Amino acid sequence: MSDEFKSGSNLERVLKSGTFAVTGECGPPRGADAEVIRTKCKLLKDKADAFNITDNQTSVVRMSSISSAVIMIQEGMEPVMQMVCRDRNRIAIQSDILGGAALGVKNMLCLSGDHQRFGDHPQAKNVFDLDSIQLINTVKIMRDEGKFLSGEEIKGAPKLFIGAAANPFADPFEIRAPRLGKKVAAGVDFVQTQCIFNLKKFEDWMKQVVDMGLHEKVYILGGVTPFKSFGMARYMANNVPGMDVPDELLQRMKSTPKEKQAEEGITIAVETIKRLQEIKGIAGVHIMAIEWEEKVGEIAEKAGLLPRPTL
Amino acid sequence: MVIGERKPFDEIMKMLEGVKKIAVLGCGGCVTVCLTGGQDEVRVLSSQLRMARDKEGNPIEIIEKTLERQCDPEYVELAEGMASDVEVILSMACGAGVQFMAERYKDVPIYPALNTTFVGGSKKEGYYVERCQTCGECKLYFTGGICPIARCSKSLLNGPCGGSTKGKCEIDPEVDCAWQLILDRLKSLNQMDRYTDIMPINDWRTNRDGGPRKMIREDFQR
Repeated sequence: MSDEFKSGSNLERVLKSGTFAVTGECGPPRGADAEVIRTKCKLLKDKADAFNITDNQTSVVRMSSISSAVIMIQEGMEPVMQMVCRDRNRIAIQSDILGGAALGVKNMLCLSGDHQRFGDHPQAKNVFDLDSIQLINTVKIMRDEGKFLSGEEIKGAPKLFIGAAANPFADPFEIRAPRLGKKVAAGVDFVQTQCIFNLKKFEDWMKQVVDMGLHEKVYILGGVTPFKSFGMARYMANNVPGMDVPDELLQRMKSTPKEKQAEEGITIAVETIKRLQEIKGIAGVHIMAIEWEEKVGEIAEKAGLLPRPTL
Repeated sequence: MVIGERKPFDEIMKMLEGVKKIAVLGCGGCVTVCLTGGQDEVRVLSSQLRMARDKEGNPIEIIEKTLERQCDPEYVELAEGMASDVEVILSMACGAGVQFMAERYKDVPIYPALNTTFVGGSKKEGYYVERCQTCGECKLYFTGGICPIARCSKSLLNGPCGGSTKGKCEIDPEVDCAWQLILDRLKSLNQMDRYTDIMPINDWRTNRDGGPRKMIREDFQR
């Protein structure tokens, strides 16, 4: 990876320094109240290097990721603005990239997006003018070549550290590392993985990734989500496509008394992070404490990842 | 072929409120093959309408007819005598047929009896599946003969997404993941290099996004 900064974001600086990076996540509210974001920000501040702002996740309408990202910046924190291909064509995507960068966003995560079938507007027309890999390449062309997809020159290219997701647990397994290879070829700088519960499978995937040399071309952050309860673990195992929760973890949550399950969920998350730190090619962790933001700090603390460096 | 499905009977009844004499016009093309708009279906729908209207004490007079095709002026012409004799023509053709009829017969309303659903084929009798979105730039060379635009729920050109589970799509366990099918086939054809290459951003001008399309065989124009 080159010595020059792509965007000079805090996340990029941390990763480049070789420090084990930590990212968190912040879901925008279903309303226009900026205070909801500010409150979440106060819980998350200084607990990670940057924080994903989700883009209408699970296809449920929420405050836009750009505006939520700007509110986060106002709170003195660094957002990773997520952008999905579901809701925008290439005109809107490029426009929002310029807008996000102009407002101070320095990290962007490129996603295809959940199908609208899951959301609150299943009647909607989807777009998918681009897919996630093409979106990565779009941001790269805009940033590095200073051009729009049309080939025309951008006056003031957006400087963004380009992220993407990787799901080692979806099928078919054998193309999951090659698919990361496609994202690398498209120009991605960092990836955050799907929540890791099946560490054995994750290690198998990472071995392929390392064998392909991809870990030297992209920073890989392992995704970690704490279970709040056995019910949540069971839900994720059975109802979330592309999620792999091994039976032994389910049993462990089930056999824990109800009032101790949240604590056990945190313990599992911390154990997972410690295992991840041992895996070759892992550059950091992405802690997704879904509607449980107050726990990100606790998990990072227990995993020995606090305080975060100031670079 | 173009697949169509008959509209709900109540919706058809509503379109015909206050109408006393109609033609139910079948099409001998695709909708005959997919058993929704041919001669037999004309007879069934006409009987249903007559019975329902008789029951209301508001009988309706129906002429039953089926053209070879409703998307071809040569055959559309053959409805001329009938068209001037009815208040409404209820077309059992696809959306193209309904419009060809409407373009030719300006003074009589042409109502659709079908919802035109997709371009596909029959897996077996009475079982139809979508296969083509008519994007205008066929990619099947690259994708093992399986179309990601028509068959991936997100039309991803560089799939599969993270929702592919055990060969099925995240939107519905009954739906095959198109990219699983593509990869299985590329593998069996020893063409996996076609997966490794990034499929470039699509030019949707050949799709409907470029406006209504036409195809002209210059050698047939005079």
